This record gives sequence, structure tokens and C-alpha cells, in this order.
Amino acid sequence: MEATLASILAASTPLIFIVIGETITEKAGVINLSLDGTVLLSAMVGFAGAYESGSVIVGFSAAALVSALAALLVAYSSIALRLNQVAVGFVLFQLTGELSAFLGDPYVRVPGPTVAYRPIPLLEDIPFVGKVFFQHDLIVYGSIVLIFVTYWFMFRTRRGLKLQAVGERPEAAHSRGVPVNRLRYLYAAGGGALVGMGGAAYSLGAKIGWSEGHTTGLGWIALAIVIFGGWHPYRAAFGVYLFGALQFSAIKLQDVFPDLTQVLGTLPFPIMIFTLVLVYSDRVRSLTDRYPALRGILGSDPPSAIGTRFDVD
Amino acid sequence: MNLADLWKRSRTGVLAVAMALVVGILLLLVAGANPFEALGVIIDGSLGSTARFGDTLMVWAPLVLAAAGLLITFAAGLWNIGVEGQIVFGAIAASLVAREVSGPTWLIVTLALLAGFVGGGFWAFLAGLLRTYGKVNEIFGGLGLFFVAQALAVYLVLGPWKRPGVASTSGTEPFPRESWLPTLGSTRLSWVAVLVAVIAVLVVFYLLRGTRFGLRLKAVGKNMRSAFLLGIPTGRYMLAAFALGGGLAGLAGAVQATGFHHKLVPSISGGYGFLAILVAMLAGYAARWIAPIAFVFAMLAVGSTLLPLKLGLDSSVGGVLQGVLVLFTILAQGWQARRQDRSDGMAVGPPETPIVPGEVG
Repeated sequence: MEATLASILAASTPLIFIVIGETITEKAGVINLSLDGTVLLSAMVGFAGAYESGSVIVGFSAAALVSALAALLVAYSSIALRLNQVAVGFVLFQLTGELSAFLGDPYVRVPGPTVAYRPIPLLEDIPFVGKVFFQHDLIVYGSIVLIFVTYWFMFRTRRGLKLQAVGERPEAAHSRGVPVNRLRYLYAAGGGALVGMGGAAYSLGAKIGWSEGHTTGLGWIALAIVIFGGWHPYRAAFGVYLFGALQFSAIKLQDVFPDLTQVLGTLPFPIMIFTLVLVYSDRVRSLTDRYPALRGILGSDPPSAIGTRFDVD
Repeated sequence: MNLADLWKRSRTGVLAVAMALVVGILLLLVAGANPFEALGVIIDGSLGSTARFGDTLMVWAPLVLAAAGLLITFAAGLWNIGVEGQIVFGAIAASLVAREVSGPTWLIVTLALLAGFVGGGFWAFLAGLLRTYGKVNEIFGGLGLFFVAQALAVYLVLGPWKRPGVASTSGTEPFPRESWLPTLGSTRLSWVAVLVAVIAVLVVFYLLRGTRFGLRLKAVGKNMRSAFLLGIPTGRYMLAAFALGGGLAGLAGAVQATGFHHKLVPSISGGYGFLAILVAMLAGYAARWIAPIAFVFAMLAVGSTLLPLKLGLDSSVGGVLQGVLVLFTILAQGWQARRQDRSDGMAVGPPETPIVPGEVG
């Protein structure tokens, strides 16, 4: 049991970075649809960077940089060029995915550096908890910290409130002196950097190495979980771990229902659709309006200006 | 029209192509290849012989079908990214006919294509229902349904439709010969597939240009609220756009199954749905450009499969060039619109609609 939970936690780590990163970007009103390609490219760049330099830190930084640039390009196209975010994001999805195969060709299936295993002294000896939480590499601890820090930043700080305002009511934020577009650039880049670290966490930790299509599908799953998570870091993290548990059971059930393995892997999507239909239905809407306590579980709080641009004229 | 006018009109496109070429050449140089040699291999690999030309057209046909379908959903202001799933479901429906129906070729082929159209249309219709009644954005509803269709294909290939004795991801047992799309000579080129694609483009061109339905569809796409206030049943129009567009994508799947693979394989869509979105973007969402642009894309796709053999390059070169080309084209449009008129942005594609549900009429 402890081993199962620990491995779900470790396997979910890249997705935590990706989902939290995209949640931040979307909270600011920018949707980065390129995720599936960007994650591939950053996984490749992270591995190549670590391989060439011998340093995992260089790998993570390079991955974060590449992914942040992709997210910045989406923001720039929307803000400065007034192009459609979805269109640019989609093109970048194709382009970055193909680039990862093209540029990553020399690195296919070569052994390279990996994130070091770092059990935390004393804490690792706590029964059960120690084995689940404190016998991992640094990135796994980082992902758990990230969930709480993001929550605290978003909902407990002034900057976090501005972040929400920018994605929620850009006009109102602007009229109160918040630099809407500058913050959108900032959070697109920041969220993008986290997505890139998720990519590197995959190729340097969760599923070590690089081969073509290494993370294919992960980006789309992340976009689905952001929605399932209602743009809330805790619920998003819950979505990631739920998905991790589903995948783990799918592997375990492989012998029992060999036909169903593939089907179980796609469960996040029906679950996401079902959640969306549920939370947007009039009945649930009126229920959450009447009982605010239910909102945390059933409500969905999408940034109202997501996917649109804000012009200052 | 004099030369200056011509330059003004085509400037954006020329600059975008030039920039894409420069980036492409740089990338090839970085990879240690001679760009002109690579281009030669791509052209020779896609047009060099009758057989290769046939292969190129067999990529062209589903690409054109999916792109033509997308023009309809784009016209209605919908981002039908689930097109890939509609191809898969169309292929599944066509495979069902090819496996179960026996009779003369013309009958099975007609029924299989029809089944593909209905299957793809049905799958898109589901995304449409989710959008209009469930308020689920079509990007995510469609994507979700894509993965479901994909899982269904894998399930069928490994489960109920597996080859006798062996379950393999290489696909089902080949369909009976009678259900294969007839081919020209010894090539793999099916004239039926090409014919269906040509008809589809012409129909979509006419539909969006010369009919009341097309006009109202575009009204819905441009401004749903106004269209609704003008008395257009926007929800119904959106559903119709999904069904028609998905139907054409489903035809692409039927062509893939009965004309190319002659069986159901897990990767039956070949990524043509996603590629078709790029084709539609590059065509500026205009039907008249779909065929030539899809041809260039098909050339890149087929020709670059020879690059690993001849030059030791990864075959993703073709995909990189496609992506670079589309990216620079839409960026160039943005730059030009920005320069021309700083107050009136140029619309590229469907209007921006928030990803979150709004009121649908």
C-alpha cells in the first residue's frame, strides 16, 4: 500500500507541474493550447540539456526557458498581434511536437543523468507517511510544495488577487491601475516555465530518457485536468492524483481485463466532460448558489476572460 | 491590376513563405544536411514516380476531406479540434460495413463511405450537443470524444475484431477484397477517394458561398448574439455545422480504412485531422485554397519519409516545415494588420469566444 501510494505520487509529479503551470497561465486569461507539443519539446530539451552539460539543473532550466518562450509567443500573438490564442496555440502544438522529434533525434534512447534520490532524514522514518512522502527525489517534494504555494499565492496574497482580476475582469483591473497585459505576459511565462519543468521532470525522473513521442497525450490530459480542477490548485492536484491512481489500476488490471487497459487510460476525458456538464447544469448551479459550502466540491470557477484579449486603447 | 497592387496584396504571403524557408534552411543546416538536397528528396519522394504520386494523392484525399469539413465548422465560429476523433469514428463505421456486408464492390463501397459520413457526423454531433446543451466548449468536448474514439478503435482491434488467434496493434484482419476502394493500375491510388475529395471541396465552396444556409452559418460564426436576435436558430445551425463537418471528416476516415489500410488500425486517423486544421488556417479558411495547400502538405508528408533513408534525417522535417510555414503566415498576418490599422485588428479564423460557457441561443 505504501509503495503503491509512493509510486503514484512519484509518477504524478510531472503532471503536477504541468497542470499547476497551465492553471496559473489560464487564471491570467491566457490559454496555452500548445501544451501537448510544448511538454514534448521541453522533455526533450531537458534531457538534452542535462546530457550535454552533465547537470540536471541545466536541463530543467533549459526546459523551463523553452516552454516559457512558447507560452510567451501565445501571449504576444494575442496581446500585440491580436491573433486568436487558440489558433496560435494549436500551431505551436504541432510545431513544437515535430521539433522535439527533429531536434531530439540524436538523443533517442541514450542513457543520461537523472534526478538524484533524496530521502529526507528523520521524516522518512515515520511509519507509513515517511515511506509515502519522504523517500523521493527533490522534484517530487518540489511538486508537493508547489501545490500549497500556488494556493497560498493565488488566494492569500495581493499579487494573487491581481492575477485573478486580470483573467476575470480585465477592464475593472485596468481601471484600478493593474497593468493587465504586462501581468499576462508575466504569468504566461511563469506558468510556461512550470510546464517546461514538468516536461523535464518526465524525461529526467518519472520516465527517464528520450524517444520520439515520449510524452504524447500528456499535454491534452493536463488541459483536461485543469478544467476538471476548476482552476483551483488543490482540486487540480486531486485530479492529477486521481488520474495517476486510475492509470495505476489500469496497469494492475491488465491481466484481468486485457482489453480495457487502453480504455482506462482515456478516462480523464469522459470524467472531465461529465464534470463540466455537471457543474454547468442549471440544477447544480442553483444548488451551489444556495449552499456556498458545496461550491468547493461542485462549483467551477473559470476565469471569465480566458481565451480573449484585452486591448488598451 | 498593376505590379505595385499585386505586391501589396501578396506581400504578407510572400514574406511568410520566405521567412519559413529561411527558418527551414537554418534548421536543416543545424542538422547537418544540405537543404537543397533535402528539398530534392522530398520532391522526388512525392512526385518522382507514378506510384509515389499516387501515394501523395492518397494523403491528399483524406486531408482535403477533413479540411473541407473544418471550413464548415470554422464558418460557424467553432473550433472543432475533435476532428481527429470524427475521422476515427468514421473509419470504425466504414470498417463495420466492410467487415459485415457482402455484395458487389460498388454497393459495399457506397455503403462504407455513407457509413463513414454518418459515423463522423454522429461523433461531431455529440460534441455539438455537449456544446449547445451541456455548455462544454467544443475544444474540450471534441478532444475528449477523440480520445474515446481512439480507445474504441484500439479496443476493437485488440478485442472483438482481433485477427483470429492473435491480437495485435497492427490492425484487424484485412477486409474482403470487394470492399476495397478500386485503384488505378498497379498504384495504391484510388480514384474514388480523389473524386469524393474533389466533390467535397466543390460542395463546401458552393455551400459557403452561394447558399442561404452558408450565409446564415457565417452570420452565426461572426456574431452569434446578433444572429440569434435576427431570428436564426443559432443552436440548430451549430449542430448542423458539426454534423456536416464531422461527416466529411468521417469520409476521410472511411477512405483511410477502405482505400488505404484495407483494415482498421489503431492509428487510423494518421494525424490528418490535426494537419487539416493547419491546412485550413494556411488557406485563410477559404475553400479555394484547400486543394493546393493540402497538396503541398501531402508532398511534405510523403516525401519526407524518404529522408531517413537517403540523408539520415529524421522524417519529422516535413512536419517541422509545415508548422513553421503556418506559424509565420499567421504571425505575418498579425504584423501586417497591426501596421495597417492599429485600431482594427485583423480577424484570423473564428472570432474569439471565451473558453467558458456563455449563453447559447
